[in-house]
Amino acid sequence: MKPDVLKKQAWKSQGPPSDKTRKLTFIQAVNEAIRQAMREDPTVIVMGEDIAGAPGREEQGFIDAWGGPTRLTKGLIQEFGPERIRDTPISEAGFVGAGVGAAATGLRPLVDLMYAGFFGVCADQITNNAAKMHYMFGGKVNVPLTIMTNIGAGANSAAQHSETIYSVFAHYPGLKCVVPSDPYTAKGLFISAIRDNDPVIIFNHKLLMGMRAGPEVPEEPYEVPIGKANVVQEGADVTLTGVGYTTQICIEAAAELSQQGYSAEVVDLLTVSPMDEETVLESVKKTRRIVIVDEDYPRCSFASDVSALVAEQAFDYLDAPPCRVTPPHTLVPYSLALEPLFIPTVERVVAAATEVLQ
Amino acid sequence: MANTSATLDKKTLLWMYETMVVIRKFEESSKREADAGKLRGMHSSIGQEAVPTGISAHLRDDDYALGTHRSHHHCIAKGVDLNEMMAELLGKATGTNKGKGGTMHIADINKGMLGANGVVGSNIPVAVGAALSAKVKGNDSVSVVYFGDGAANQGSLHEAMNLASIWKLPVIFVCENNRYAESTPFEYSVAGESVAKRAEGYAMPGVEADGQSVLEMWEVGKEAIRRARAGEGPTLIEAMTYRYHGHFGADDPLNYRTQEEEDYYEARDCVEQLKNHILDTGKATEEELASLDEKAGVSVSAATKFADESPFPLPEELTTDVYVNV
Repeated sequence: MKPDVLKKQAWKSQGPPSDKTRKLTFIQAVNEAIRQAMREDPTVIVMGEDIAGAPGREEQGFIDAWGGPTRLTKGLIQEFGPERIRDTPISEAGFVGAGVGAAATGLRPLVDLMYAGFFGVCADQITNNAAKMHYMFGGKVNVPLTIMTNIGAGANSAAQHSETIYSVFAHYPGLKCVVPSDPYTAKGLFISAIRDNDPVIIFNHKLLMGMRAGPEVPEEPYEVPIGKANVVQEGADVTLTGVGYTTQICIEAAAELSQQGYSAEVVDLLTVSPMDEETVLESVKKTRRIVIVDEDYPRCSFASDVSALVAEQAFDYLDAPPCRVTPPHTLVPYSLALEPLFIPTVERVVAAATEVLQ
Repeated sequence: MANTSATLDKKTLLWMYETMVVIRKFEESSKREADAGKLRGMHSSIGQEAVPTGISAHLRDDDYALGTHRSHHHCIAKGVDLNEMMAELLGKATGTNKGKGGTMHIADINKGMLGANGVVGSNIPVAVGAALSAKVKGNDSVSVVYFGDGAANQGSLHEAMNLASIWKLPVIFVCENNRYAESTPFEYSVAGESVAKRAEGYAMPGVEADGQSVLEMWEVGKEAIRRARAGEGPTLIEAMTYRYHGHFGADDPLNYRTQEEEDYYEARDCVEQLKNHILDTGKATEEELASLDEKAGVSVSAATKFADESPFPLPEELTTDVYVNV
């Protein structure tokens, strides 16, 4: 049975479907995805710190003071109200855990964990509850929870606010992990994640927020499938795999390599777990070389997983060992002089590709 | 007769005045550095100077202090070097943390500053550990942890208060209630609308204090630290204070609070209040205070110059300090 407040806000049809597309920023694309997901399903609620802002002060004329730490949820409270756009205290264990409980009992919560590094505060809820309930309860309880969180260095924010740690979550069976690389994939992955019946974590890179590049964004809701990588551009000489921000690095690197006369294929992995092994293997069997570009820490990581996949299942096709371009095994430094050395760059990818092409 | 805040000696009063002025000038200078793009955003402590100043008047270098994302004032009050702090803000090799931690993570173990911390509530149990260390080692060091009203809702505070209480550890839990967790008002997020009252559930004193009055902070700090040193256990202090600026550089607080409210707090400015008290009681002259203002300005300018002229860390520093031994 649905609470009355949810019934009242059920989506009313906005007219015939449109096939229009247009340029949106990453933030606008995510915002539209959440809005449309909330319109189509009254059980979708959003929880997080300052996702609207100034909670409880509507009567004083303050509403939506922040619209989320990165403005992803701006303007939603005006349409859906504080019952469905719920500002929370700073209590990650509390509200992420509440997201698990609400998801297990009929809602589709979208929970904002401000930075991925803050998962430490609520790790128990994510790894012991969200990831395991469906399995432990014999498949009889679903946890259609979506968590969105910010990742990425490059903002002078030091070690606790800059991590790209999807590999930690990918380690846990039961969690799905997706990483949009541009506005188009952001909207589609958000819609897929919210509609999905498993817990899905969406990792948004800080440096992509203002981005408008990539394919135009359809006005209508659409899904980008979870578990499928995307061949952004075809090539014959070397495969470059990226995830999130590093896909953009790969696209730029491919352009530079093309000036040197090499044809690079760019694979945007999009889903860290479950991994689309087939697309990676198909690509590398064609190009016979692979450069895996990832901003997560390099040990026991997604990049090492891709490398192992290729080494184990495409060994006979390879003309060079799989090559990883990642940060060194260190933490994210604060200093503006050190931080750029942490993040994989176009230059490093081009150099690595040139090396495997020799 | 022991000092009370009404009969404080001149030396303590002037130390507190100078400390608060240094904090304010340091924050003004660091904001200019941030506006010039030398660091990307910081959490200004202007308005909250009195809280750590009144507490730190009772602390020694071998006492511990732990802070938050907004911690420049905690560090200065605990005696961390201004040059090294400003250099840290600019990510320089000469910084307290060699440029690796930055504005949210300043630490100086020699001064007992066990680090600011960017994760809300994260430092509170660590402070309990520092107090445990003092108890096990059998010395009378105490551990002060500052956190905001936002952190009052983290489980870590509750677990830490319970542990400190059952083990009678020398911890002083200082909630700087500046009324806002980012844009979220205190009255929305804190059930019962009191942090101090939460102490009752953990069998320790819970004291609400005017965080804009350094004299009151000195008074409540004195008793809490006495208790802690005497082995009588922890205290929770809720200091009612106010940050004049937004949560961080780009945040406009008038999106969630009124001008009238800001005016009310600025009219009760902690530095002005202490200045008036010193002058009214004749403990010092306008000229003496003016010379402290000037001295503070000189120190902060020198720190800023030191930071600006310091070298950045070398590239190889990217991978040092990850482990003690590799």
